[in-house]
Amino acid sequence: MVAILRSEAWYKFRRNKLSMVGLGLVTLIVLLAVFAPLVAPYPTHAGAFVDFVNASQPPSATNWFGTDLIGRDILSRIFFGYQVSLVLSVVVLVIAVPIGVGLGLVAGYFGGWIDYLIMRVTDVFLSIPPLVLAMAIMGFLEPTLLNAMMAVAVMWWPWYARLAYNLSRSESHEGYVLAAEVIGAPKWHVLVREVLPNCLPAVFTKITLDVGFVILIASSLSFLGLGVQPPTPDLGSMVAEGAQYLPDMWWMTVFPAFAILIAVLGFNLLGDGLRDALDQGR
Amino acid sequence: MSSTFFKTIGIRLWTSALVLVGVSILIFCIARVIPGDPARIALGPNATQEQVELLRERLHLNESLPVQYFEFVRELFQGDLGMSLYTNRPVTTDIGDFLPATLELVVFAGILMVVVGIPLGVLAARYRDKLTDNVVRLLSLLGVVTPTFVWAVFLMLIFAFYLEILPVAGRLSQGVDPPPGVTGFYTIDALLAGQWSTFGDAFSHIILPATALALTGIGQTARLTRASVAETYDKPYVEMAQAYGFSDRRIASKYALRPAMIPSLTIMGLDFAAMLGGAFLVEAVFAWPGLARYGVETILHKDLNGIVGTVLVISAFFLIVNMLVDIAVAWLNPRIRLQKRWAG
Repeated sequence: MVAILRSEAWYKFRRNKLSMVGLGLVTLIVLLAVFAPLVAPYPTHAGAFVDFVNASQPPSATNWFGTDLIGRDILSRIFFGYQVSLVLSVVVLVIAVPIGVGLGLVAGYFGGWIDYLIMRVTDVFLSIPPLVLAMAIMGFLEPTLLNAMMAVAVMWWPWYARLAYNLSRSESHEGYVLAAEVIGAPKWHVLVREVLPNCLPAVFTKITLDVGFVILIASSLSFLGLGVQPPTPDLGSMVAEGAQYLPDMWWMTVFPAFAILIAVLGFNLLGDGLRDALDQGR
Repeated sequence: MSSTFFKTIGIRLWTSALVLVGVSILIFCIARVIPGDPARIALGPNATQEQVELLRERLHLNESLPVQYFEFVRELFQGDLGMSLYTNRPVTTDIGDFLPATLELVVFAGILMVVVGIPLGVLAARYRDKLTDNVVRLLSLLGVVTPTFVWAVFLMLIFAFYLEILPVAGRLSQGVDPPPGVTGFYTIDALLAGQWSTFGDAFSHIILPATALALTGIGQTARLTRASVAETYDKPYVEMAQAYGFSDRRIASKYALRPAMIPSLTIMGLDFAAMLGGAFLVEAVFAWPGLARYGVETILHKDLNGIVGTVLVISAFFLIVNMLVDIAVAWLNPRIRLQKRWAG
C-alpha cells in the first residue's frame, strides 16, 4: 500500500483533478451500495413495500428525492439500485474477462488457424450492435437478474478477446518472450507466466472503464423491460417507470437518471485517470 | 485507382460475407439452442399440445439442427423470414414497414454526429488547454457517459414539456397525413411532394429523438477528432504551413484535419452503426414507430421469427456501414489508394 502511494503512477494520478473526482465518486458509490441497509433512510423500501398514503410525494424533508407510485422512498431505492448495478457489473466482468482474455491471448500467441478461428468468431459477435445482441438473448430467456448478467457477458467478452489479442501479438515479439522460448520453456508456460502478466495493466484499466459501461448497458436493458424485474430496485426500471408520469412527477425519473449518469461518469474518470497514469509510467 | 485498392475492397467483401454467415449461425443458435421449446415459449402456457405441434412443424423444429439451419438459410435466400407470430404478417413486410422510420432517425443522428462532433473536436484541438478546449471536453465526456435513454428523457422534459417548443412524441402531429411514400423518410417525401407544412411538422418531430440518439456519437467523435487533430498540429508540415503564414482556418481544415480524419472515420462508422442499438431506447421514449420498437415488441411477445429477422437486418446494416467506412478509409489513405504508382 505504501509502495503504491509513493509510486510515480499514483503521483501522476493524483495530480489530475478529474481522476481524483472519479476516485471520489466511485468510493462514494461503492460505500453507499455496500452499506445501503445502514445508510438508506428507509431500508425496508428496497423490496415490495407499499404505502399508498405517502405515494407519489414530491421531494420533501422526510423523502429528499420524493416517493414513487406506491410510496417507496426514491433515495433509499437508488442506494439499493447501486447495490444491484455493482453486483451485476462485477459478475458480468468476472465471467467475460477471463473468457475474452484467455481466447485473445491464445489466438495472438499461437497464431495460425487457431488465431483465424477465434478471431473470426470474435468478429461475428462484434458485428451485432452491442445492445441488440444482449436484447436478442434476453428475448429467449426469462427476464431475471441472472439471465441479464449472462446476456451482457455474452456481448462483452469479444472486446476483451480483441484487446488481449492485440496485446499478446505485440508482446510475443518482445525479447523476453524469445528468451524464454530459446531456453526451452513450454509454450503454455511462456503464455501464462511471461505474456499474460505483461498484458494485465491494460486489461485492468479497461475493466475500470467498463464497470461504468456495463452499468450503462444493463440499465438500458432494464429500461426496455428486458432486465431486472420489480420489485428488485433497479435504476433503469425506475427511470422507465417514472417516464410514464412526466412531467408532473419528474422526481421519479430525474433522480434515478442522475444516479446512473454519476456512476458511469465516476468509473469513466477513474479509468481514464488510471490509463494516463500507467501509460506515462512506462 | 490501384490494384491494391481493389484488392483491399475484395478482401473486405469476402470477410464481410463470411461474418454475415457467422452472424446467421449465431442468431440461429441463440434462437434454437437456448433451453425450452421455442414453439411453447411463443404460444404461451395456455396453448394446447396440438397447437404447439403445429407450430413446431411449421418452424421445422422436429428436424435435426443442421437441417433446421439449412431450411432457415434456404428460406432466407428466397426473401422469406417466416411469419411474425406477433403481427401475423410476414416478417419481411413488417420490417419493410418499420425500417424507413428507423433509418430516417439514424441518418439524421449520423449527420448531427458529423456536423457537430468534428467541428467541436477541431475547435478543441485548435485551442488546446484553453477554455474552449475544456468546455468541449466536458461536453463530450457528458455525451459519452450519459445513457441514451437518459438523454432522451431529459431532452423531452426540457424541450417538449417545459419549454414546449418541440413535439413530445411520434413522427407527425395528429391530423397531419403522411406524405406520399417514395423513400419512407417523411421529411424527404414531404419535400419531394412540395408539402412544406408537412415537412416542417416531420422535421420538428425528428429533432429531439435524433439529438438524443446522436449525443453519445457526438461526444465520441469530438473526443477522437480532438486527439488526432492535436497530434497532427505537432507535425512538421503544419509548422511549415504556419511559417508560410497560412490562415488558421486553412491550416485547420486543409493540413490538420484531413490526415486526422482516417482514424476518426473508422470509429465514426462504428458509432453510426451502433446507433441502431441506441434507436431501441430512443424509439421507446419518443413512441417512434420504427424497427427498434417492433424489435422490442417481438422480444416481449417471444416472437421467434420476428426477433431473428430484426437482428439479422440490423446486423446486415451494421456490416454494410462498416464495410463502406473501410472502403472510404482505403480511398482516403493515399498509401493504399495510390500504392501501385507510389511503389513503381
